[in-house]
Amino acid sequence: MATISVTKSPARARAFEISADEAKRLPWLLLTPGLVALAVVVAFPMLYSFYLSFTNYDLTRPTTEFIGLQNYIKLFSNATFWQAFGRTVLFMTLAVNLEFLIGLAIAQLMAKALLGRGLLRTVLMMPMMFAPVLVGFQFKWFFNDQVGLVNNLLYTLTGEPHIIPWLVQVPLGFISILVAEIWMGTPFMVIILEAGILSLPTEPFEAAEVDGASGWQKFRHLTFPMIGPFIYTAMAIRSLDLARVYDVVSIMTGGGPGTRTELIWTYVYRLAFTGHDYATGSAMSYVTVVVSFLFTFFLFRNVIRSRWEGRE
Amino acid sequence: MSTIGYAKAGRRPRIGDYLRDAVLYLIIFIFFLPVLWIILTSIRPNMEINTRPPIWIPRELTLDSYKILLGWPTPEGAFGLGSNIPFGQYARNSIIIATVSTLFSLTFGTLAGYAFARFAFKGKNGLFLGMMLARAVPGIALSLPLFVLYARLGLSDSIPGMIITYVALNVPFTAWLMDGFFRAIPAELDEAALIDGCSRWSAFLRVDLPLALPGAAASGIFAFLTAWNEFALANVITRTPASRTFPPALYEFTGQFVSDWRGMCAMSVMMLIPAIIFVALVQRQLMTGLTSGAMKG
Repeated sequence: MATISVTKSPARARAFEISADEAKRLPWLLLTPGLVALAVVVAFPMLYSFYLSFTNYDLTRPTTEFIGLQNYIKLFSNATFWQAFGRTVLFMTLAVNLEFLIGLAIAQLMAKALLGRGLLRTVLMMPMMFAPVLVGFQFKWFFNDQVGLVNNLLYTLTGEPHIIPWLVQVPLGFISILVAEIWMGTPFMVIILEAGILSLPTEPFEAAEVDGASGWQKFRHLTFPMIGPFIYTAMAIRSLDLARVYDVVSIMTGGGPGTRTELIWTYVYRLAFTGHDYATGSAMSYVTVVVSFLFTFFLFRNVIRSRWEGRE
Repeated sequence: MSTIGYAKAGRRPRIGDYLRDAVLYLIIFIFFLPVLWIILTSIRPNMEINTRPPIWIPRELTLDSYKILLGWPTPEGAFGLGSNIPFGQYARNSIIIATVSTLFSLTFGTLAGYAFARFAFKGKNGLFLGMMLARAVPGIALSLPLFVLYARLGLSDSIPGMIITYVALNVPFTAWLMDGFFRAIPAELDEAALIDGCSRWSAFLRVDLPLALPGAAASGIFAFLTAWNEFALANVITRTPASRTFPPALYEFTGQFVSDWRGMCAMSVMMLIPAIIFVALVQRQLMTGLTSGAMKG
């Protein structure tokens, strides 16, 4: 029976001598349970909604007809959709960068903290433990115009009642949602970036110390470039999460008032479930998901390249 | 964890170091404020919560909201809104679904991660990318087709249906993290075990798996939190208290015009407790796992 080596190292090749059949089958065997779950929960529904996006499917209509590309044509001339699309991209960009900057600052402080790091980390991770719906409800209440925490603070600090409609006015609604999302997302950044900082070797820093480098110089020329992969990973994962943002927005403003804070997925929901136009909603999900796929592909292409290619 | 060399190059702490720590405590306190406020709200009488001008220092503390949730007698009886919420049932569903789905995602994700880390096979890159793509699909996009499918399979409004859903949502990220953790383990260890006559399977069980356990703890946190907190799919799949989890149940505290913030805060605190305990127990392993190289590249 022919044998193949699984890795390039000669010593390992000897140790890993397994039959060619087995080497082909084994990884797939290991992957099967996960792939089956993904096929049922992700792949099938996506195929089904792909089909629906070419029909006039409606939960309340008894018959469904094939209508070709009409839903897609409708979507491309839908200004609200493209506004929501643009707003989502803006939201993502602002959130991921602000989370990164705040997260990096906290991670740097955390890595140097003298005591209580474990407790601090547990406390800091609390926002990660909140269900996004819960964050939505709580921040909706904090930004409530009548009895919200924010207006109450202003009342107490200035001595006069302020009834600022945080969730209603034009830039304020967007900012309120951004604040909620940043509160929820920053701890994840901190954890990954802190892990990056803690994994650095000590020698370069000692050498820099001897050469009399300032704290900023050490950060700028050592820490920052060396934690590059961690930064990349943290930002890639958060971007993917932010591209799917729905729960928080849907509860805080529902995309409204009107369409002032509408993001893609709140709009898809509004159209598909509230507006009973599931087919157009599917078409929109598809366009968005394809864009996210391209985005993911570009993000993870580098990860894949640095992971295995050139090593096999 | 002893990777702290970065911080202090063997010198005594100076005043500046304490000041820096003070800034850190302040920032973390700001992040903690909403949590504090929720806890405080859950133990104040409703009267104090909705007054203007605001009352900052509680004049009266009461555990009534928790008693109501747990079905114990209180002077008020029940919540104005969302009365008779079957809290015990929701707790049971959430705990079973989150725990079991985490165990399955860890098992499946570990096997998949091992396949990625230790084997070269055709279609590997494509498959890895495909798994990451699965993470880019939001619950909203899956909800209706999944609802239709589960109705056919008899899985809607059932605990097994929810478990399968969360296993699928968590496998990609778990596989990705585990791949990193396995690759951080020197292959020579495997090799030595094989030379000593271990089978591939027992090398995996006795060498790789124990070494990857901190990584598994890290992946476990993320999987558990996703399953514990997911809303969009739970909202569609669970229609009754038979399988409903906490996140969709939060809606039962809201009405069209008024919401019962105190009741919601009490339930939020109850939801947070298991998560906090879990994270406090494994945060050390989380950091060890993440620093060991899973994130590099």
